Amino acid sequence: MTGRGLVLPALLLAAWEAAHHLGLSDPRLLPPPSLVLARLGREAAEGGLWFHLGASLVRDLAGFAIGAAAGLLGGLLLGLWRGFDRLVGPSFHAWKQIAVFAWIPLISVWFGVGEAAKVVFVALAAFTPVVVNTHEGIRGIDRRHWEVARVLTLTPWQTLVRLVLPAALPSIFTGLHLALIYAWLATVGAEYFMTVGPGIGGMMTEGREHFHMDVVLLGVLILGVVGYALNHGAAAAEARLLHWRHR
Amino acid sequence: MSAPEPVALTASVRLEWPAFAAGRLLRRLTGASVGLIVPLLALAAWQASAMGGWLPPQVLPSPAEVTALLLAMLESGELRDHTLISLSRVAWGFGLGAAGGLALGVLMGLSRRVEETVNPLFVALAQIPPLGWVPLLIMLVGIDEALKVLVIAKAAFVPLAINTLKGIRAVPPHFVEVGRVFGFGPWPMLTRVVLPAAVPPIFTGVRYAMTHAWLALVAVELLASSEGLGYLMVWGRQLFQLETVLVAMAAVGLIGYLLDRALAGVEARLQRWRQIGAGEVGAGGAA
Repeated sequence: MTGRGLVLPALLLAAWEAAHHLGLSDPRLLPPPSLVLARLGREAAEGGLWFHLGASLVRDLAGFAIGAAAGLLGGLLLGLWRGFDRLVGPSFHAWKQIAVFAWIPLISVWFGVGEAAKVVFVALAAFTPVVVNTHEGIRGIDRRHWEVARVLTLTPWQTLVRLVLPAALPSIFTGLHLALIYAWLATVGAEYFMTVGPGIGGMMTEGREHFHMDVVLLGVLILGVVGYALNHGAAAAEARLLHWRHR
Repeated sequence: MSAPEPVALTASVRLEWPAFAAGRLLRRLTGASVGLIVPLLALAAWQASAMGGWLPPQVLPSPAEVTALLLAMLESGELRDHTLISLSRVAWGFGLGAAGGLALGVLMGLSRRVEETVNPLFVALAQIPPLGWVPLLIMLVGIDEALKVLVIAKAAFVPLAINTLKGIRAVPPHFVEVGRVFGFGPWPMLTRVVLPAAVPPIFTGVRYAMTHAWLALVAVELLASSEGLGYLMVWGRQLFQLETVLVAMAAVGLIGYLLDRALAGVEARLQRWRQIGAGEVGAGGAA
């Protein structure tokens, strides 16, 4: 089964490589996989790759941490406090309609185009899905569970820790997972839109400007690998942490 | 939390009823207006900041400036023109991407062999954010319309292919068995059994695809464009006319909202149609 899945990628890569050796494609426009791999080796050895990758990942995770923490707090407030939901909920739902990239011009005016602006933008992208899913997770808690908590006269803190968080956890994880994907998308976006600096997006923009197609392709490859790793890391963590629910 | 309503005596019910209804109406009105408190406070703070000159207009223009610009742009048709350009890009990109995603999803859904062959490559390529393709695409197709349409198409393609595949896989096997009993060939089986049964998850995919397409449009217009709502923002940002940026942001939010609402409406309709359809299939089978 896995064998069959490898056929198509292998054929594509072979055709791509062969096209180069038969002189069918211009290596400046479409460098073959072997050249991209050579570039990967060179960049990895010289450390440029780690420099850019590290810068992107730090930015991504810092933004994600800030956005997710704020989003969790916002979602808990909206979900647990009716008055807050009625006060802020409509504004939040209107506000979240603005496609996240539309904030870039405003953020770049307010925060400059340095590191702070990029992290703010990534945090903003991570914030919304966490709020929405935390809120939905709490609202979806069965009324009977609340009644049990009241019968047992749990304190608010106990209700939060013993009832709300465990019951809303799957939904919260969905939000965090989405936030991780959005944060990575936003990291790439921020690196394109705000002045060139260290980072995979910056590396690709620079590669394009110097017509180094192998650098651009290497960037695409790395974006995919990191996206895959984040996605699968999140799914694995989710499965592990929610393991107790399936007993 | 919800204390039981005081039980009224039968005699007084008729007297209390209008008062009760009025109370409920009042509560509902306040319920809606409570949501307006925050925006109004924000607006008041914004206005106060403008009047007090706390922030330079290049950082935060006054509400009056933004409103004036909005009205001027509505009147001159400028806003409409940029919006129409953005919408036509989304229509092209979404149309292409959604059609391709639907086709791939159906093919993978119907044939395990196609799924096993194509899906790993598809999943691997789907991991790359739509924006990740931009530098590559700029080199291959330039920065004209083709770039925008392709990036939007890619953004719409992935969710639709994934949801179509899932939707078809979730079709109950006995539906297909019934189709077989009726001696359906592959085409009637697809159009009369599999696709109708898979409509709700596919439509969820359509909504995701539209959300992603709209997001991609804004991104790609910010990057490389000389017209459209995203361009309006870049232009306003460069001239430090934040009122232009704010007007364009409001338009982006409103249109994104309307697109999603419209699709949600269609989705609700399709669900209803499906329930009625399911009832009719049952009746037809009995007759």
